[in-house]
Amino acid sequence: MNSQLIDYTLHLADTTLILSQRNSEWCGHGPVLEQDIAITNISLDLLGQSRNFYQYAAQLIGDTDENKLAYLRKEREFKNLLLVEQANGDWGQTILRQYLFSKFQYLLFEQLQNGNDEQLAAIAAKSIKETAYHVRWSSEWVIRLGDGNEESRSRMINAIDELWRYTGEMFAPAAYETLVDVSLLEKNWLDKVKEIFNEATLNVPENTFMQSGGKEGKHTEQLGFILTELQYMQRTYPDAEW
Amino acid sequence: MTYTFIKKLYYGDIPEEKGGGSNYQTKDDATTWPLWEVFIRSKQGLDHKHAGSLHAADAQMAIENARDVYTRRMEGISIWVVESKYINASNPEEAGELYEPAIDKIYRHPTFYQLPDEVNHM
Repeated sequence: MNSQLIDYTLHLADTTLILSQRNSEWCGHGPVLEQDIAITNISLDLLGQSRNFYQYAAQLIGDTDENKLAYLRKEREFKNLLLVEQANGDWGQTILRQYLFSKFQYLLFEQLQNGNDEQLAAIAAKSIKETAYHVRWSSEWVIRLGDGNEESRSRMINAIDELWRYTGEMFAPAAYETLVDVSLLEKNWLDKVKEIFNEATLNVPENTFMQSGGKEGKHTEQLGFILTELQYMQRTYPDAEW
Repeated sequence: MTYTFIKKLYYGDIPEEKGGGSNYQTKDDATTWPLWEVFIRSKQGLDHKHAGSLHAADAQMAIENARDVYTRRMEGISIWVVESKYINASNPEEAGELYEPAIDKIYRHPTFYQLPDEVNHM
């Protein structure tokens, strides 16, 4: 039971950490100053959530801390969703990834804050406000770009083609995902996504094969590069501090 | 029985020419985002202070950008945004005739009343 909880908490922590790391790659490269700040704000929000989860996991495991869990684990030990490790691509792909994930995360936190684990409920209750803003911000960008001009719309269509195959994993429970049944969230999620896509004059793909494996540590080739950058300093200068 | 209806005006209802704004922007409007002035209220009961400006495509986006740029470090609880072209400012060259006459009329200055401690921070 406890090892399930540990794995689940690590899954939540890894997912938010990797997405935070991906979003932070936009720092200094955003299309407009205000959006550069917006995406890095979101990255910091996600990092805060990830820290909360890592601290809880460290407490459960005992004799470790958040830094060791984040910086010294290897690719196969990371349990993040495949969706969040995908490349940033262009701005459209980044905001689409954010929207698809944050909408799921919002529904997940809604359930988690009423769940049986007190600490996860507390983290979810605190984080859901941030996630509400992420959903709002990203959904508006999906509409703005989807219902924009020809170029923005075709970029959004490419982004959907790229990312849709990773969305199924969010709703396929892993063996350790017993606290919240994520498969029950799918209908709600899909309805909301269809609503936004309609307004953005975009189509939801049908009958797509869904990739999976992230929750079990089987990742795409992207994760290796992300961890190389993320973990380089700690691995090269062990126990270094600011 | 007659009913009085209050008509709520939304942004864009008043056509540009009657809106009272100035036409300083000479570039094509479809490709540039207008400039907005941002005012933030830091605490309930205080006034909105000018925090800076930013570019955004419309009012909704301006509020969100203001939230991201100007309230990162707990600077405020309320945001007002106004397109810069709607702000009419006094001409600095006219400062003499506008402001100097008031200086030597001390009978108009509110400096002789002792404020009670409770409202002393005004």
